[in-house]
Amino acid sequence: MGKTMIQKLFAAHTKQGALGAPGAPVDPGDIIWLDLDVRTARDFGGANVVQNYCEHYGDTPVADPARTFFTFDLVVPPSNIPYANNQQICREWARTQGIKVYDVNAGIGSHVAIEEGLVRPGDTFVGTDSHLNILGAIGAFGQGMGDQDIAFAFKTGRTWFEVPPTMKVVLHGIPRKPCTARDLTLAILQRLGSDGALGRAIEFYGAAIEALDLAGRITLASQVTEMGGIIGFPISQTAHPPLNPALLPDPDADYIETLDLDVSNLEPLIACPPNPANVHPVREIAGKRIDSVFLGSCTNGRFEDFAAVAEIVKGQRIAAHVMATVVPATRRVYAQMLTSGVLETLFDAGFIVSNPGCGGCASGHLGMTGKGEVQISTSNRNFPGKQGAGQTHLASPVTAAWSALAGEITMPEVKV
Amino acid sequence: MKATQISGRLWVLRDAEGGLYNDIDTDMIFHNRYLHITALAQMGQYTLDNLKGWEDFARRAQAGDLIMAGRNFGSGSSRQQAVDCFQALGIAAIIAESFGAIYKRNAINSGLPLITLPRLSQYGEQFQTGDSLVVNFVTGEVLRNGVERFQAQPFSKVQLAIYEAGNLFEYGKVAEK
Repeated sequence: MGKTMIQKLFAAHTKQGALGAPGAPVDPGDIIWLDLDVRTARDFGGANVVQNYCEHYGDTPVADPARTFFTFDLVVPPSNIPYANNQQICREWARTQGIKVYDVNAGIGSHVAIEEGLVRPGDTFVGTDSHLNILGAIGAFGQGMGDQDIAFAFKTGRTWFEVPPTMKVVLHGIPRKPCTARDLTLAILQRLGSDGALGRAIEFYGAAIEALDLAGRITLASQVTEMGGIIGFPISQTAHPPLNPALLPDPDADYIETLDLDVSNLEPLIACPPNPANVHPVREIAGKRIDSVFLGSCTNGRFEDFAAVAEIVKGQRIAAHVMATVVPATRRVYAQMLTSGVLETLFDAGFIVSNPGCGGCASGHLGMTGKGEVQISTSNRNFPGKQGAGQTHLASPVTAAWSALAGEITMPEVKV
Repeated sequence: MKATQISGRLWVLRDAEGGLYNDIDTDMIFHNRYLHITALAQMGQYTLDNLKGWEDFARRAQAGDLIMAGRNFGSGSSRQQAVDCFQALGIAAIIAESFGAIYKRNAINSGLPLITLPRLSQYGEQFQTGDSLVVNFVTGEVLRNGVERFQAQPFSKVQLAIYEAGNLFEYGKVAEK
């Protein structure tokens, strides 16, 4: 029987098969010791990692400081003293351990990791960010973990992991504009629901996957968490950087389920409160007045996302009653926005453009909603209370841009 | 060696329609406004205070109590506090039809027993808050009010090993040898 991508990737990262049974094959359900190429913590969870580490390992060194990083991205720069304290705890401890800190100016850790080459296709990477499976976008294994797990990983360079079964999602057809990678992702979420991929890896196939750029693959991979999945790999022959050829799934690999989805007639979609899987066609709720717009997050915070918005709003002003915030994923994205003119276009249209980071997610620094506030957002979750007290609707940057201009949830059009 | 069979009083987390609460995410369990907290002793008081209808849970729960919910309990973020807050209250186990993957790891690593009852939503109405349950982690047997028996998934090998060691760190010391 052939192997899926996760089986091959894990097999390449374990010296020992099933726990207590060295040399056993890496099959779904096996629990293995997984060697970790990189382990990280962020300003959320980071101080807890340090606390756990010091409590259990004292002042002994981490396994490998060169493969260990802090990435501050949630409350950057800190807007409250507890977060400022936690960041300083991490900084000071990192100094004693010789660990590099990507500090409050850097941006979202998972994106920084891809941009700076901290992670490459085929690597294993863990941290205190539940959307680290974004790294599936480049064919790497990324996983969010709690602070005990990460303290253990800092010390030992490995973690236990249950090999997940893999499901196959095969997309048929290619969506037409104005649909984006986000609409494609919402369509899959609608089909799978919040637990349709629970405890599973996913391999995504089809022409629509081949057509995605890195930003699009990031959008898709990031939302696997919202499907309940462990990680999702867009299997793309055209991906850049290319997938590790040695880890490509075998044609006769064993899948727990195969799901076929025709996306050729996809229409713009939106996830209404109270969760990301509550997906509806935009047209069904078009006309709903909005108070605010949030563009950014690890799901849609790439330059390509903002460039698409700039194209729509260029020379226009967003509706007078709308507050609209743009948070680039990283410093590099911010720099691209500066040099390309996208930042100026968004500024002129009335957007607030902030420094890079996670924005309003997890009580971050920008883009929180008040009670009764209706928001359209490109972020990743809309659980009650997640981005404030208001009602968050999740949609593509394109739908959000058209909605910002109209001041209500709006069906995007194709610009000619 | 820690006990592999426990008994306790049950809380059944039901939603406004009376069904087992599904998709209870980590923001409902331990809201992101408390994420800066690192001391276990401070966490218990905020448990479930963002879950509609259960805001006062922390004041009502007693050490040794058990909790039951529906599908995908603990979905969402990787925050350890969503496990630690139950540890702080002394909750003895959480029973659900399924758990979020990261949540499950965090609980296993902390030695908080999670009990998976497959297809629980099909017979969840049988359980009531106040029921007395006996749960065996090794066999997976759940005994309700000394009468009815239900079959849960037994602890996995690693889950049992970490639970018996106390937590991931203690287990690591054993496993390194």
